[in-house]
Amino acid sequence: MTEKFNTVQTGGALKEVSAPATPRSVAHRGGDANPSVAALEIQFPGSVLRSQVVWGETTVYITPSSVPDVMRWLHDDPDQRYDYLSDLTAVEYRDYEEPLEVVWHLRSLPFRRFLRVKAAIPRGAPLAIPSVWGIWKAADWMERECYDMFGIVFEGHPDLRRILMWEQYREGFPLRKDFPLRGRFSRAEQLRQALAQNIESRYSMEELTIADAFEDLPPDMRKRLSTGERTGE
Amino acid sequence: MASGNRTVEVELSTTGLDAQGRPQRVPLVVNDGGTALDIAPPPELEADHMLINIGPQHPATHGVLRLVLELDGETVVRCIPHIGYLHCGFEKMGEYRQYNQIIPWTDREDYLNSIGNNVAFALGAERLFGIDITERCEVLRVIAAELSRIISHLVWVGTTCIDIGAYTPFLWSFQERERVYDLLEAWVGARLTTSATRVGGMAADIPSGWMDGLRNFIKTFPITVDEIDRILTRNGIWVGRTIGLGVMTPDEAINYGLSGPMLRASGVDYDVRKDFPYLGYETYDFDVPVGTNGDVYDRYLVRMEEMRQSVRILKQAADRLPEGPVNVDDARVILPPKSKATSEMESMIHHFKQVMEGPRPPIGESYVAVESPKGEKGYYMVSDGTAKPVRWRIRPPSFVNLSAIPKMVEGHLLSDVIAINASIDIVMGEIDR
Repeated sequence: MTEKFNTVQTGGALKEVSAPATPRSVAHRGGDANPSVAALEIQFPGSVLRSQVVWGETTVYITPSSVPDVMRWLHDDPDQRYDYLSDLTAVEYRDYEEPLEVVWHLRSLPFRRFLRVKAAIPRGAPLAIPSVWGIWKAADWMERECYDMFGIVFEGHPDLRRILMWEQYREGFPLRKDFPLRGRFSRAEQLRQALAQNIESRYSMEELTIADAFEDLPPDMRKRLSTGERTGE
Repeated sequence: MASGNRTVEVELSTTGLDAQGRPQRVPLVVNDGGTALDIAPPPELEADHMLINIGPQHPATHGVLRLVLELDGETVVRCIPHIGYLHCGFEKMGEYRQYNQIIPWTDREDYLNSIGNNVAFALGAERLFGIDITERCEVLRVIAAELSRIISHLVWVGTTCIDIGAYTPFLWSFQERERVYDLLEAWVGARLTTSATRVGGMAADIPSGWMDGLRNFIKTFPITVDEIDRILTRNGIWVGRTIGLGVMTPDEAINYGLSGPMLRASGVDYDVRKDFPYLGYETYDFDVPVGTNGDVYDRYLVRMEEMRQSVRILKQAADRLPEGPVNVDDARVILPPKSKATSEMESMIHHFKQVMEGPRPPIGESYVAVESPKGEKGYYMVSDGTAKPVRWRIRPPSFVNLSAIPKMVEGHLLSDVIAINASIDIVMGEIDR
């Protein structure tokens, strides 16, 4: 009774890409590297720091400043075509000497390739890295979440603000290793802050300006708006 | 992508019955924007835009989602979603727990797909440990994952029907869902929060006679799917309220990172089970339904067809289930049998160390993605050689799919926001984590 579907057997890959199979008996280190790594090393000799294959997954380490060029090339090059951003996140290690790493998981749907790209932000340097929002719109919320949880600023993101925590959240960045599991403030302080919240701020300042609701606002909020204030910032 | 006008035959009882006694079918012609033709555009009115707030406590937002909409009349000009009301910090807590202790949390993020999440997490942890699971375990996990896909799609059909104004399919689909939960209860003892897998195997093998229950379900379940299909697919109200809404072109859908039925309804045939197989999915014979228009109606058609394909996979899995052990023979991760642990000193020490200290994977990292009912569900784990992960990351499909909602609703009517939001199939537990 349903409409006819284009049912497919093999997925969106190119015809010459062989049918994949479940990986079995994968070695801990070594194995076949993703061919994109060799191409990257030729294309960006100074930017690719090293690569490794762990449990059959290839990881490339690049310098933070080269992120926009490398990502743009991986996305656009006809032999790579990493058109799908699976995941974007960051890793902070328990060892405080280790740098904080930003991780991109890329997929090339036509070539059925999977590539993990990492860029390390050294300790002491400002936590900032170029955004890939202009290449994959999927990065929008993932970068916001990464900023929210780790405090990494994605330069070039159009709307980088907290997403899971509320805008007035003042305790820091929860997934950092120096953040205690129960939060930074005491329960009493958390309660005090919750009770002291401005209930008007359930709408953010940006939302109020877009709606031309200016006339309906209480006088104090109108004053804050006219000075260009943003909620919680 | 189809262009120009599109025609769908709908059944209207008001126009009379055909020779078989069924309501006559009449063609409904809609344009690209999904509106029926020959309706005059509303007159231009001078008025301010209005700010409207939906949620976070609203039944049609499927959880604690809050949408702030800027309306011009009834048309959405801008949509700002707010999430995070259900944020529990699963990823943070996972850094303080052993791998097997994280499994209960995977139940609670996408709670409509709990056993599927258990399977996905166990696969990720097993790659980190370098374990190949047994054949029987693989087939059992395929059965678990497909049953859970059926549950999730049934809930989607039911709740979306309620959002759009049909009540009966909700009752039918929830009745079938109860039958799957009965099966799961007989297997692992829990219905919703299953915690069914362990690193290296399953919590329990299926009890004797369980397969008969599954076969019975496989036989009767497609009848219900056909009934829902018959009441909805040609239904004039259903078609009119879903067609042409929230259209995403294939390129947009890929660029926005959509996955699962959302992506496939747009015509992109990307299914993790086919393109990056796991659990031996490449040996099963099943099709991946792909839509053409990328609207709410196509997402509905794709999900209905996926339930039928899941039944096909379940049939093959039930036929091939091999005898043998469920858990791997690997002392690093598997507990000794209880009888030995209570009678032999070595086994007791083994059991004690296994529970108190936990199994330790070698230094490394793994990203394992599975095709969950909502899309590509990934678990990224980083180990520094201790019993607790340095980083445990969930790649939530609903989160990425929902991030495209401003793109999908802008320009549509307020009432269509509900239908588009329903079509994403969000679970806030997974989005906020």
